[in-house]
Amino acid sequence: MVPLQIVVILFVALGAAGVVLSRDPVRQAIVFSIYGFGLVLLFLVFQAPDVALSALVVSGIAYPLVLVSAIARVAAQRKRKGSA
Amino acid sequence: MSRPLRLGLFVVGAAGLGMLLVAGLLDLPRFGDYPGPYGDLIARLAVPQRHMVNTVTAVVFDYRGFDTMGEELLLFAAASSTALLLRETREHDTDDLVAGVRSDAVRGLGALAAIIALVVGVDVVAHGFITPGGGFQGGVVLASAFAFLFLTIEYRAFVGLVPMVAAEPVESFGAGGYVAVGLLSFAFGFSFLQNFMGLGVPGRLSAGGSAIFVNWCSALAVCGGFLVIFGETLQENIAERYGRSRR
Repeated sequence: MVPLQIVVILFVALGAAGVVLSRDPVRQAIVFSIYGFGLVLLFLVFQAPDVALSALVVSGIAYPLVLVSAIARVAAQRKRKGSA
Repeated sequence: MSRPLRLGLFVVGAAGLGMLLVAGLLDLPRFGDYPGPYGDLIARLAVPQRHMVNTVTAVVFDYRGFDTMGEELLLFAAASSTALLLRETREHDTDDLVAGVRSDAVRGLGALAAIIALVVGVDVVAHGFITPGGGFQGGVVLASAFAFLFLTIEYRAFVGLVPMVAAEPVESFGAGGYVAVGLLSFAFGFSFLQNFMGLGVPGRLSAGGSAIFVNWCSALAVCGGFLVIFGETLQENIAERYGRSRR
């Protein structure tokens, strides 16, 4: 294993811990996209560029977008119910 | 459950899991160890046999195109069920809603990112049989271009520019087209999804034969599928935040 792979594995481990340890869902979604970027690097340094490409978009953009959008909707609903 | 008890349970559980993990890691094959014959065979045969330099795409769209069709339809089903679940809000409910993007930095960077994603997406799909990528990856990148576009412009302009009604036909056309190409193989006397065209020059855009159509169809299906999911989620979001009650 080359040093770069070890560094990236450590980065992924840190990111995963960060996702688990962040409490606020919005923050968690953003930390997740950073962790996802770590996974992309992991796929890349382990010579799987095809997987890295799709992981880049899915975990970096698509998943956080849907997640944040859903959180915003629930928050708005809760606020409306609270004021009504 | 008391705190010490919970802590004790955690320590026992974590120690057990840790031991299993270490035991599993010690027994792991060395990095790069590959016992099976298929990968080595494909790596040697893909270029002479199928004229495809990127063996991953060769496997996905040519050698086992039938499996990929299943994955394709899986995504189709997922997007359709999202649309079904979130169908409460329809396009006309959100037609007159304005959710403006006020930050100039977001507008500028979003527009730039959208253009780059669009170009990269088309490039990744087109060179699927040459460089890493292909219909699946490229389709996702294409869909992300529209996600950037949404961040750049306000909701109404987004819907005007990318009518969400078009996402579903694009997805269906891609998924259906994949099956249609497969059926077309019968007309040439081959089996389902078997390559029926000239295989082209390896390393050139012409390489791939009829798998090129399969590649582009899956790009459309994936891009459309993601757009359906994005569109429905955003629609729900906008309607809830800016007043569905005006219906």
